[in-house]
Amino acid sequence: MNFLIDLGWSALGLAVMFAVLSLVVLSMVWLERKALGRLQLRYGPTRTGPFGLLQPIADAVKLILKEDIVPNDSEKAIFWIAPVIVVVSAFIIWVTIPGGDDVFIKNLPLGLFYIIAFAVIGILGLVLAGWGSANKYGIMGGLRSAAQLISYEIPVVLVAAAVAILAQSLDMREIVAAQSSYPYLVVLPLGLVIFFIAGLAEVGRTPFDIYHAESEVVGGPFVEYSGAHWSVFFLAEYINTFAIAALTALLFLGGWGGPALPDVVWFLFKTYAVVLVVFWVRGTFPRLRIDQLMAFAWKVMVPLSFYTVIIAAVYRFYALPWWSLTLMSLAGLAVAGWIIYRRMTAPARRVVQIQERLAAQRNAAASSRT
Amino acid sequence: MLEPTTSATTAPETRADSQPVEMLLNMGPQHPSTHGVFRMVLWVDGEKIVDVEPHIGYLHRGSEKLCEGEQYHQIVTLFDRMDYIGNFNNELAYCMAVEKLIGLEVPERAQYIRVILCELNRIASHLLYVGTMGLDAGAMTPVMFSFRGRERVQALFEAVSGARLMHNYFRIGGLKEDVPDNFRELVADLMLLLRADVEQSDRILTFNEIFLSRLKDVSPINADEAIALGLTGPLLRACGYEYDVRKAQPYSIYDRFDFEVPVGLDGDCWDRHWVRVQEMYQSLRIVEQAMAQLPDGPVASTLGRRLIRPPAGEAYVRAENPRGEIGVYLVSDGTDKPYRLKVRPPSFCNLSALRRLLVDTWLADSVVVLGSLDIVLGEVDR
Repeated sequence: MNFLIDLGWSALGLAVMFAVLSLVVLSMVWLERKALGRLQLRYGPTRTGPFGLLQPIADAVKLILKEDIVPNDSEKAIFWIAPVIVVVSAFIIWVTIPGGDDVFIKNLPLGLFYIIAFAVIGILGLVLAGWGSANKYGIMGGLRSAAQLISYEIPVVLVAAAVAILAQSLDMREIVAAQSSYPYLVVLPLGLVIFFIAGLAEVGRTPFDIYHAESEVVGGPFVEYSGAHWSVFFLAEYINTFAIAALTALLFLGGWGGPALPDVVWFLFKTYAVVLVVFWVRGTFPRLRIDQLMAFAWKVMVPLSFYTVIIAAVYRFYALPWWSLTLMSLAGLAVAGWIIYRRMTAPARRVVQIQERLAAQRNAAASSRT
Repeated sequence: MLEPTTSATTAPETRADSQPVEMLLNMGPQHPSTHGVFRMVLWVDGEKIVDVEPHIGYLHRGSEKLCEGEQYHQIVTLFDRMDYIGNFNNELAYCMAVEKLIGLEVPERAQYIRVILCELNRIASHLLYVGTMGLDAGAMTPVMFSFRGRERVQALFEAVSGARLMHNYFRIGGLKEDVPDNFRELVADLMLLLRADVEQSDRILTFNEIFLSRLKDVSPINADEAIALGLTGPLLRACGYEYDVRKAQPYSIYDRFDFEVPVGLDGDCWDRHWVRVQEMYQSLRIVEQAMAQLPDGPVASTLGRRLIRPPAGEAYVRAENPRGEIGVYLVSDGTDKPYRLKVRPPSFCNLSALRRLLVDTWLADSVVVLGSLDIVLGEVDR
């Protein structure tokens, strides 16, 4: 009997989770269009409802009513199952992501481990979608997503491990509770940067939107999908973005900790702040190439994330003061950032320097003639 | 177990590892970043491009043949529709060809207005290029900033000619009509805003670290090879070769202005981008000087609107378009229609370097390289 009651509560919890996450996705679509509009000298949606608030609903209705085209050559079963895999893996991790000290479906003692393990399953759906749709762009995109997401899983896992070392727990609630005096942003700024960048790559957001790059592989795995199927991918992508933002808030920004306001408000505030940064990055940067992306993962992100784990372990083992960890982390961030910046801008600076020298010579020659 | 057959009929998975497994990828004509209806058939080995075969002609309208059926003054509109991003420059090239054939003197004021409009058009064209280059590289925002400037230029064009794109404003021997009375104020206002727009779209993209890593050292080409391939315009100047028709063989009144020809260093995609951005600043300089010198007077020659019958003969003129050197070869048999009109379109000649530039680059580079060639399909196909 107790078992049935538990089941009923779980079902109710899942239903509420679906409803809330769908609302979150609608709000994110609206927010993204407005934020990008403001970045791009536009207004974004204004015509549907006040401030265009009803635009995502109109879009959703349109997408669901559209014809769902299945290509003749596609592997029908795989074509149908791929979006399901993607969306289930996107939803399932939310079972254990808490929105407040007592706001969760089911808190697991190994919550962080569970989240990271299940978040990877979505890759399978993307690869299957690309392969099943019998489209070369789809295959390209699917393979790109496999390479990209697996590479960036490593820094995410390692930085999460560093946080677990600091908090001495994998339970999300205890990780947040451990940040009650100061958020881990203060002691692990490098970890935050790595986690955020690798998270962007995990969810395929600019500048890592390589596997569905519109100007190259025209949507990648999603190229043959339309209507409701396509909107399911869309839904999963936004839920994943929100999940990465929520994890950033929980692991580094102190979760729901904050004065005066209720837990959930602080949690949503911090998460949406991270989401806005994601949109800001999208409005600012071009896209990397796949080889640069892989090189960045293996040459920069993985070593730096190992460094993060090591400094966290050293700090914990020798019980050093907290500011020593901050210093070590900032030093790593500064050195890595400086080297990357110098490397990336070196060729252009060379060109400009030589041009300036030539212009000076030309001016000198012109003035000596007169 | 079956014996392995010849490599041509063997399935890819049974072939030896050393052999590349190639895939034929059809890019276009409905691809979002082929800049119109252009089709590339790519042979790719994973993400590497092994070979490429361009297919053009989807926009072929037979413009050159159409010219043979039109009277001389009607052909201006056809030139508008070839390079539909650099309309004024195209009109100028055609009008100069006929004027050279007749030996016609163009009034000073008309010359100045032509140069002002052509240079503004060059800026508008390069702004479009900067925006689409950003899109090709995956940045959404630069296109909005650069289009703001482009729209301002087009608003001026509309005030002058009545049309934003297909102006049909230059005439053989001058202009259709004089510019509006407030032309000076219009251009002065535009120059202030346009300089800011050019600077903004330059700042937002050119030295962005990711943009740099996407474009720098991608498909470099040296000057000798570029000349052998027939590249002109920003593509040739990006290799460090200082060749600009406005300087090398000044036409119209370009010898009266003080401007520099920006050149690149390595001839890679970023240098092509950088040269175009620098050209916009130079064009702004030319417009400023031309506005300061703009004289009063008539804007059309005494030829008026009479039917034009050039003497039998031929003429070839060249001009510096935003995309490169345009050549117009005109043969007249003494009637009111040209006997033959051949255009050397810069986009078409620049596009011929595609295979040389694309082989052995990455798939993602294909759109960037094509974007850096800055082709207009209306001109490639004609």
